[in-house]
Amino acid sequence: MTSETVHAAPRPTREDASRGAHPPPLRRLGDLPVAVMFVLPAAVGFAAFYLWPALRGLYLSLTKYNVLTPPRFVGLENYERILGDHLFWNALKVTAEYVMINIGAQTVISVLLAVLMHRLTRSLVVRGVVLLPFLVANVVVALVWFWMLDYQLGVVNHALDWLGLDRVAFFGDSALAIPTIAMVNTWRHIGYTALLIFAGLQMIPRSVYEAAALDGASEWRTFWRITLPLLRPVMALVLVLTVIGSFQVFDTVAVTTGGGPINATRVIYFYIYDLAFNRFNFGYAAALSSVLFVLLAGIAYLQLRLSRTGESDLKGA
Amino acid sequence: MKSPLRSLTVTAAALLLAACGGQDPGKDQAAGPVTIDYWLWDTAQQPQYQACADAFHKANPQYTVKITQYGWDDYWNTLTTAFVSGTAPDVFTGHLSQYPQFAAQGQLLPISDLVTRDKVDLSIYQDGLADLWVAKDGKRYGLPKDFDTVAVIYNTEKLKKAGIKPEEMAGLTWNPQDGGTYEDVIAKLTVDVNGKRGDEPGFDKKHVATYGLGLGGAGAAFGQTEWSMYTMSNGWRYGDRNPWPTRFNYADPKFKETIKWFTSLIDKGYMPGMEIVSSGVSQIDVYGAGKYAMTTEGSWNTKTYWALKGVKSALAPTPIGPSGKRASLFNGLADNISASTDNPDAAWAWTKFLASPACQEEIVAKQAVVFPAVKTATAKAEQAFADAGIDVKPFTTHLKEGTTHLAPIAEHWADITSIMTETMESIFARKSDVNSLDEANNRINALFG
Repeated sequence: MTSETVHAAPRPTREDASRGAHPPPLRRLGDLPVAVMFVLPAAVGFAAFYLWPALRGLYLSLTKYNVLTPPRFVGLENYERILGDHLFWNALKVTAEYVMINIGAQTVISVLLAVLMHRLTRSLVVRGVVLLPFLVANVVVALVWFWMLDYQLGVVNHALDWLGLDRVAFFGDSALAIPTIAMVNTWRHIGYTALLIFAGLQMIPRSVYEAAALDGASEWRTFWRITLPLLRPVMALVLVLTVIGSFQVFDTVAVTTGGGPINATRVIYFYIYDLAFNRFNFGYAAALSSVLFVLLAGIAYLQLRLSRTGESDLKGA
Repeated sequence: MKSPLRSLTVTAAALLLAACGGQDPGKDQAAGPVTIDYWLWDTAQQPQYQACADAFHKANPQYTVKITQYGWDDYWNTLTTAFVSGTAPDVFTGHLSQYPQFAAQGQLLPISDLVTRDKVDLSIYQDGLADLWVAKDGKRYGLPKDFDTVAVIYNTEKLKKAGIKPEEMAGLTWNPQDGGTYEDVIAKLTVDVNGKRGDEPGFDKKHVATYGLGLGGAGAAFGQTEWSMYTMSNGWRYGDRNPWPTRFNYADPKFKETIKWFTSLIDKGYMPGMEIVSSGVSQIDVYGAGKYAMTTEGSWNTKTYWALKGVKSALAPTPIGPSGKRASLFNGLADNISASTDNPDAAWAWTKFLASPACQEEIVAKQAVVFPAVKTATAKAEQAFADAGIDVKPFTTHLKEGTTHLAPIAEHWADITSIMTETMESIFARKSDVNSLDEANNRINALFG
């Protein structure tokens, strides 16, 4: 059936003749059914699990809804409530703080690791070890760190004690809780991010480095003048992915601080979860999700625009 | 086309009627084996209820009970989703903080008529427990299965080293001015890294090795095991009435002075602050590691404390307050029936059995995990605990002295909890003072219009 559709198409047309070239437009039309069939499974999944829930979420954001009784339409009431909700603004602030620390540290360390892997070693073992933390489930990583960093029993605080330093309430101090969670997740994700960047590094032609070496450029200069600029498209993609992933921080918070102390780690996703599943405020939670969707879409768009992901500096070279 | 459609409608209507008929617990069900789905959250209690389920099956061979356990953190989410998707268990362990909203949304089967029909004697339960399960609509949704109170758990070794006699622990008093003999004991039990005790000159409150009193958290709106035994022995009550208060008293001077005294223990270095408490492992683990000399705990955790290796524990009653009496919250569980159950008769039979002396006195009491709700079972439970080497009188003394206070049951409890969590955590982190309770209390009362 598939081959039939493909072969049925070619027939010279006027446009074809005038351009005197391929591919014929009708042939493209002839591919359509096949294309649709290939896309269909994904499209059905997308419609059933993303599009429909998203639309329904949008509708629910205009209602008062507690799952067990039918939703009641309230118009824009939920959105008005967001403006005056100090916990929402706190959640945005806390999440932004988390994203900045997490992405900042993660990106710098990952690039460093990737370049080291690229320039110094080809060892598969090293690559495996770097990826190791990523293979452990998020919740497990979070809990192990939570225990290691405990003020009274944690091994890290015992070490601080032994060094003669004061103990630190990493997760319990409201000023330190977000940086701590950000660092824990950085620790888990650097290996993965480094591998993505490493893949990008391997796409940079060796000849460029050889030319730089011939010109007597130092390793430092090569990094700033060659590696980083040529890495830009990959970096942009990695950043878009990691920033969105970072905004979605949830599990680490859920199993450690639970939003505390005093809302210091009540990140936006945890707040939405708390409203919906603990307080049965599904309508309001849906409104927050919709606002978050717009925010994230905006950030992703800006990132892609600013970093010109579609272009590569290699073309000009 | 018309007649098949009509017959279809008739069939559908018949099915619907049959379904509706199934909802009526008064009607007789079709005979045959029935499996009752039953959910609970406490692993420690699963064996005793499995034993009850076996006894129930023996007496009623047509019914089999299938027990499923979910951890507390997943329990309520799973249950809510199950209600929505129509896969809710027939019967499940309910909680006072959760059942009012499920009842208000029509998810629970009222059992008032069944209780009357089967002449269930409500006077066999500890006083007041049965009243907790009558919702605001005046209907009953559960029969009491157990009760809990609060007591002090202390490390006997540390008490000995501090030169305090166990007898002294039974007569401690506290007051919001100087903390009374209770604070004296806490101070003596506190030891800094140099071995100096809390009541000795030169005590280093910044480097404490053992805190005299542990802390589980800031207690949110409930403070069951954190501060309720102090606030209530100071004559304070949660709201204007219980159950179903419409005005709360978190801004009351008695509440404020109690919390002010209690948090002063943090400033003095006798009790860990919020940062330390929320930085990792739980109160029980820290106590087990010997970093706390004393904690205040609920009776349901007793066995867990005794299972800790390396520490020997004993119980003491909560201190006598300015009111001249002790105080403990009095809380209890019951089983709720889903409104959507396919077998209301079976569900009711099982619920009734769980609330009966046959289950509570003959089986649950002997396991020494919780105190059954049936009055006559208390002595048996005390004996079972004693056989396990635990003198639980400090828990049950509240019943004899009449110093129990029923746990608050209110609408909007989830929202109240949310408001009080941030307020109390801030106070316990010493970032705001007790006057911040004024605004919190206003916000809570505003929930009730």
